[in-house]
Formats: sequence, C-alpha cells, structure tokens
Amino acid sequence: MPLLSVRREPPARYRWLLWVLAFSLPLAVWSAVSYVPWLWHPQVVVTDPGSVSWIQPGLRLERADFTKEVATAKSSGLTPPSGNPANPLYLPAPHEVGRALYTAFTTPPRLRGDKWLHESIVISIKTIFYGFILSSIFAIPLGIACGSFPALSRMTEPFVDFVRYMPAPAFGALMVAIFGIHLEPKVAIVFLGTFFTQVLITAGTVRRVDPALVEAAQTLGAKRAHLVRRVILPASLPDLYNDTRILIGCAWTYLVVAEVVGVSSGITFFINQQAKYRNFDNVYAAILIIGFIGLVTDQLLSFIGARLFGWKLTRRSRTRTFLGWLFSPRDVLYFPGKPTT
Amino acid sequence: MVKNSDTPSAPTPPPVAASPLPQSPAVAARFAALHARPVILEAEHLTCEFDSERGRVTALRDINVRIHRREIVCVIGPSGCGKSTFARVIAGLQPVSAGQILVDGQPVTAPGPDRGMVFQGYTLFPWLTLAQNVRFGLDMQGRAENTADAEARQWLDLVGLGKFADSFPHQLSGGMKQRVAIARALAAGPKILLMDEPFGALDPNTRAQMQTHLMEIWRNVDITIVFITHDMDEAILLADRILVLKAHPGEVLEFLEVPVPRPRSLAQFNTPEFQATRRHLDALIHPAPSAHDPDHAPLPIIRLTQSGDDVE
Ligand SMILES: Nc1ncnc2c1ncn2[C@@H]1O[C@H](COP(=O)(O)OP(=O)(O)OP(=O)(O)O)[C@@H](O)[C@H]1O
Ligand SMILES: [Mg+2]
Repeated sequence: MPLLSVRREPPARYRWLLWVLAFSLPLAVWSAVSYVPWLWHPQVVVTDPGSVSWIQPGLRLERADFTKEVATAKSSGLTPPSGNPANPLYLPAPHEVGRALYTAFTTPPRLRGDKWLHESIVISIKTIFYGFILSSIFAIPLGIACGSFPALSRMTEPFVDFVRYMPAPAFGALMVAIFGIHLEPKVAIVFLGTFFTQVLITAGTVRRVDPALVEAAQTLGAKRAHLVRRVILPASLPDLYNDTRILIGCAWTYLVVAEVVGVSSGITFFINQQAKYRNFDNVYAAILIIGFIGLVTDQLLSFIGARLFGWKLTRRSRTRTFLGWLFSPRDVLYFPGKPTT
Repeated sequence: MVKNSDTPSAPTPPPVAASPLPQSPAVAARFAALHARPVILEAEHLTCEFDSERGRVTALRDINVRIHRREIVCVIGPSGCGKSTFARVIAGLQPVSAGQILVDGQPVTAPGPDRGMVFQGYTLFPWLTLAQNVRFGLDMQGRAENTADAEARQWLDLVGLGKFADSFPHQLSGGMKQRVAIARALAAGPKILLMDEPFGALDPNTRAQMQTHLMEIWRNVDITIVFITHDMDEAILLADRILVLKAHPGEVLEFLEVPVPRPRSLAQFNTPEFQATRRHLDALIHPAPSAHDPDHAPLPIIRLTQSGDDVE
C-alpha cells in the first residue's frame, strides 16, 4: 500500500519512522542553518582583529560591515581582521541549546531572589495545575448540565459565549487588584482563560451523544437523573477526556500571560531574565522544556485514556486484538446462529 | 370470517376493512379468540405532524387501531409512510399533534418501561458488558444488585448469548447485538415490545434465524409485539395482523388478518395462504404504476455508451 493514501493509516512499520521524522526534520533544518557556514549566517564573529584598532576578538559584526573593514584594511595595506561566519545570538546552535538544557539547571540564578530553573518550572506547573483543576471542577459539571438540558444551555451559554470573547489578559489588572500579586491572580487568569471555553466545549461534546442511546435508555425506564448519570455521562466521557487533554494546551497558552501579571514568576520570568542577559541558549532550553512537559503530559493522558476507554477505541491496539483473537470462542462469534451451549 | 371488532366506537372513523382473505376454520377460530383478548394498545385519531423547511408534513393522519394482548402486529408501508413515527409515538418518544395512544387504557405521555423498543441501529450501551446492558432496565427499577444480575444472565441465556455475558458490544456481530437488544428490552418487563426494522441491517440468513428466534421468545413471554418492517415476507411470517400504511399522509390502508396458520415456519413460504397474502399486500403497496406518479416515471437517462456497445 502506498505510504500516501487519502484517509488511510500508513502501514504499522512506518509509524515509528514517521514519528521520529516529525522531530528530526525540524532538528535537521535547525542544524543545517546552524552548522553549514554558507546557509544564512548573516554575522561574523571576529577571531583576529588584525590591525583595525576598534575591533576586538569576539566582536559580532554584520557581514557587510565586516567585509567593508576587510576591504578598507587591505586597501590601506594593513592586516585585515579575520573571523567566522555566525548566526545572530538569538539563534543558538543545537549543541549550545543541548548544553544549556543541562547547564540551565546547574547555573545558580544571577541575582539573589531570582529562581533556579527547576523552581521556576515548579511554579509554572503549580499555576497551570491549580487554574486548570479549578476550571475543570466548575466547567465540566456546568458543561454537562448545559449539554443535557437545553433549557439550561439557553440560559447560560449566551453569557458564557459573551465573556469568552473578552481576552483573559484584559482581566490582569483586575485580578491583581482582587487577589494580590502572587500566585492567586495568575491562577485566576488561567482559570478565566480556560473556564468559558471549557464550558462550551464540554456542553458541545455532551450534546453529541448519540440520541438513540438516550432514547433507548428512556424506553428502559430511565428518567432525568439516571439519564444523565448512567447514559449521557458515560457515553461522553471518552470525548470529555480528550477535550480536557486539548484544553490543557489552552491553559499553557494563558500561563505565559498569567505569569507576567503582578510579580512576574515561573518559567516566563526565567525566560525573560535569560533574554535580558542575552543567554538565548537558556531561553531555548526553557521553551523546549515547556514543550517537553506538554508532550509528555499529553502522551501520558492519551495512554491512560486508551486504557480507560477501551470500548471506544476504533483502532484497537495490537496486543488487544491479539488477546481478543486468542480468547474468543470462534465458532460462536462467526456463526451467530449456532446453539451456544 | 370474523366480525371486525377493530373499528373504534368513537365518532365514526373511516371503517377499516375486514380481512379480505379467506381463512381456514382453525385460523378463524384463532382470530376470534384473539379479538376476545383485552385491548392493550389503542390508537385514537392519532395524528402526527412535523414542521420542516418544506412546511408541515403529516406523518400520520387519523390512525385508529386496537391491538390485543399477546398479538404480533406488523406495520408495513412504503418508505416515509410514518412507520417509525408510529412506533416512536407509542414509545412516547414523539409527541402527537392530535388524538392519543392508550396503553391498558392509560394515555401515553412519556417514554416508560411498559413499552420496550428495539431500534434498527444498534443502541446497546458500548461501555457496558452485555449483562450490564440487559440489566439496565432492572437497575432503573431499583432492583437489588444480585437478583438483577442473575435475571440479566437468564435473559441472555434465553437469546442464546449466555456465554458472552461479560463481553462488550463491540465484540459481537450485528445479529448478536440485536438479540441482546431484544433481551435488554424484555428484561425491563414491558407489556409491549416495539421493534423498528430491527433486522433490517442483517444478512438474509441471520435475519431468518432472528425471525425464528423472535417467535420462539414471543411464545414463551407475555408480550405484545408491534413489529415494523418493509419486508412483506417478514411481516407475513411474523404477524397475526398486518397494519398496512400508505404515505403522504400516513394513513391506514388496511389492517389485514394473516390467514397463515400458526405455528409458523419458513417452510410455509410456498403455501397458498402465504402466497395469497403476499399477492394481496403487493397489490396494496405497489399499485399498478402510472406514468403520472413521479416514483414510477421512467428515468430521463440518455445514452452514455457508444452505439454497438450494448449489454442487453
Ligand atoms: N423529525 C422529523 N422532522 C421532520 N419530518 C419528519 C421527522 N421525522 C419524520 N419526518 C417525516 O415524517 C414522515 C414519516 O417518517 P418515518 O420516519 O416515520 O417514515 P418510515 O415509514 O419509518 O420510513 P422508512 O421506511 O424509510 O423508515 C416522512 O415524510 C418524514 O419526512
Ligand atoms: Mg423508519
């Protein structure tokens, strides 16, 4: 089967390869730009100033300026400066970022009161965690109620929709006034950023429950509370779980805004500080760490979800298929008419 | 011939024709006994309309029917004649525009466990095992854990799926799913079992097995069945009486007493009674095509192949 088929999964043996490519391709581009001297490299780092008095070793010059200096020096018979092509500071090479991934954790903060990288990360995770958990505690039940009872949804959702369009950062100053300048206003911003969207998404997911299941339950005698608890909730749980996974990503977006509110803190503060000191390798390291935390959380949740909601799986895991095949009473499965005793 | 006791006494509805097919004395006696049984389900001037973009659609108009206890009534008619609507109205899933449905003399206002339903699509709860699916109705009645479970397993045994009590629906074939759906509906203890083309998606073999199975269950369980189908053979095989509807608007064409003797089996397909019933239904549902009827007008197809490249 060709690898590129419309809406058809690639053969299993390619999937790992594709996953590796997903990360190695961007890395390859980055490496190429970093290590191939004639790719981009708009600057020159001087190694030997020659006889140009104002140039020192280590100085970064735009390539055009550098060439001009060389030309001037040559034409007046002086020793021209020499140097290596370089990328701007804000694009460190992969190995520099790789090194920073380690050193960022081992370098003590420059100022007293600044945080170590791991401390910053812990603060960020705390902010996200509290904000997101709080939001979920209120938004998911409300969303389920709205999705189950159209009357409730008509009463709530217009307002929710209205507030959703107000950017959460706009509430920054207000939150600081209400909650002070430490963790609380930041949690509040993550909450505000997530909550309203979460209500709407949850309600939407709940509304997508197959109405036939609800009707079947009704003909079996299920009434209001039972319908919600025993049918609508379990039927939408896998999708709600997936929504939650996606919304965590949304919460991370608001984190960056939240962390500059009040006393700047967390990973954003670390990034800003490092950028101020022009340690861009550390900046990249921190950004990569956020990405990494996100990816790991997501994969973990997805793994757990697949185990929790096996009945929903359309693409069954290979182990499961194998086990199913091993233990199914085959004669009955394939010949449903046969007596089964 | 049996006198027609189905015409309601209420303000003279259009008379429903008595069975026009000849019945053997045994069959006639059976129908006499059937009509002597109490009426369990009654439709009185039942009308059901929908508002759609194309204006009001009358799905059912002035339906008057009486169905007796432990009868199997099949409802047939062309697509869009309101068969599903009829079942949904009885189930209480569809509000009526006028008239009413009485179950045991009580008007139907909402869905309830006295009217079980088996749908055409598969509506088992995919997150529950078969045993849990079947005991759903019992759980709703607040039955104790262990008796509910034991009863659910008995029902699964009855439909021949006891072995699969702890499997999940996605591990079953379509026919097995429908058997579980029947067990689930019956376990809740309904008086009336509504079945909306329950075997429509099954292959002919499985379908035949399911029909046999259903009759077996019906013999052993105190249940009245309203079975919707568009398959005439299925209707004749299963039904005591066949309610024939016509479309646009959905009205009763005839409430036919099937003269094929019971117990029924697929072997009766070639008997004269079966064939006579079939011909009668055919004439009712598919009247001689007229050119004015858009459904029967020849398709305006032009030749798209080269001349000489003929297949017939
Ligand atoms: N929810 C609805 N909204 C609007 N119109 C509807 C709705 N449900 C049914 N109808 C209309 O009512 C009529 C009867 O529909 P119904 O589904 O009962 O037909 P049916 O006999 O079950 O057809 P089929 O054999 O195709 O299942 C149709 O004309 C249909 O368009
Ligand atoms: Mg239908």
